[in-house]
Amino acid sequence: MTLTQTDVLTGLAEVLDEVSGVPADKVVREATFENDLEVDSLTMVEVVVACEERFGVRIPDEALENLRTVGDAIDYIAAAGVPA
Amino acid sequence: MLLEGKRLLITGVLTDSSIAFSVARLAQEQGATIVLTGFGRSLSLTNRIAKRLPSSPPVIELDVTSEEDLELLPKRLREHVDGVDGILHAIGFAPAAALGQGVLETSWEDAGTALHVSTWSYPALARAALPLLAPGSSYVGLDFDARVAWPAYDWMGVAKAGLESANRYLARDLGAHGVRSNLVAAGPLKTMAAKAIPGFHQFEDAWAQRAPLGWDVNDPEPTAKACVALMSDWFPKTTGQIVYVDGGFSAVGV
Ligand SMILES: NC(=O)c1ccc[n+]([C@@H]2O[C@H](COP(=O)([O-])OP(=O)(O)OC[C@H]3O[C@@H](n4cnc5c(N)ncnc54)[C@H](O)[C@@H]3O)[C@@H](O)[C@H]2O)c1
Repeated sequence: MTLTQTDVLTGLAEVLDEVSGVPADKVVREATFENDLEVDSLTMVEVVVACEERFGVRIPDEALENLRTVGDAIDYIAAAGVPA
Repeated sequence: MLLEGKRLLITGVLTDSSIAFSVARLAQEQGATIVLTGFGRSLSLTNRIAKRLPSSPPVIELDVTSEEDLELLPKRLREHVDGVDGILHAIGFAPAAALGQGVLETSWEDAGTALHVSTWSYPALARAALPLLAPGSSYVGLDFDARVAWPAYDWMGVAKAGLESANRYLARDLGAHGVRSNLVAAGPLKTMAAKAIPGFHQFEDAWAQRAPLGWDVNDPEPTAKACVALMSDWFPKTTGQIVYVDGGFSAVGV
């Protein structure tokens, strides 16, 4: 079984809410973590750790540098992921 | 096992690349019972990362700039252990304005923050934990060679020079309690703290060229092993010293 884009979007929204209190309706593909969702670098590290656990993926620092928007993260996780 | 039966307080676990994370993992593998600390906004991150250790340790709150946290430390520790045989101080911080601007440009406020968190905290943590420290225990801090000036390291370098001195004074003052204090001066490692240093690649390149044993900026384990060794019973008469774990970088000229 692979992860669908919808699975990842739902999961990511839950992670963002849990880690940083981001309302689910703001979590859309185009939203940038830094500006639209006000997720700073420390919080982003926690989001990554929570996503790694939830989706059973590894998100190394080199990959993290390219994850600017929610869409970037969804694509990366969906491509790398198998459900944990 | 090197740390069989030892109870250790390990500060500084933030991510799984933290030097303290490797120390915590090796310490558990070597038979120690450990308690971690986390602080402020990053406490929840430390809690998540703690679950990645071989067995998930308790995490107590400790901001070394909070007198209240320091005062509450023995009480918080006693909820998990009845004494402490070793402490790892893996705490450093400098505001962006204290790094990479040159030492002439930094305000006292920013320089002071670096010194408060990175230097003053070393003796302060020892004082806070002293009621629980058993004779024969070992205090280990993390250093970056402060005998020379580095690119960009600025007030963090000054803070480390102070740490090196504080380590010697602490060795003097803890001796009567039978407690040792030593630092491990590590080569450059890619951690969250390192990301704050502009031009970190300069360190990476210099080490790649000069360290006789070679150096991997992604591998904190050699540094962690030295910390574990110093916390074991195998350095019983070593105190006030600095152990260089830098691939030999500081031993050669060019
Ligand atoms: N990374 C390197 O290249 C390198 C080299 C030599 C020495 N060191 C030293 O190693 C130690 C650990 O750093 P690291 O590289 O593992 O990075 P890190 O970012 O993983 O760890 C730094 C830690 O300091 C803690 N901290 C910051 N302010 C604090 C406060 N007020 N109260 C309590 N804790 C606080 C953070 O929570 C974090 O856990 C630091 O003293 C650092 O200067 C690092």
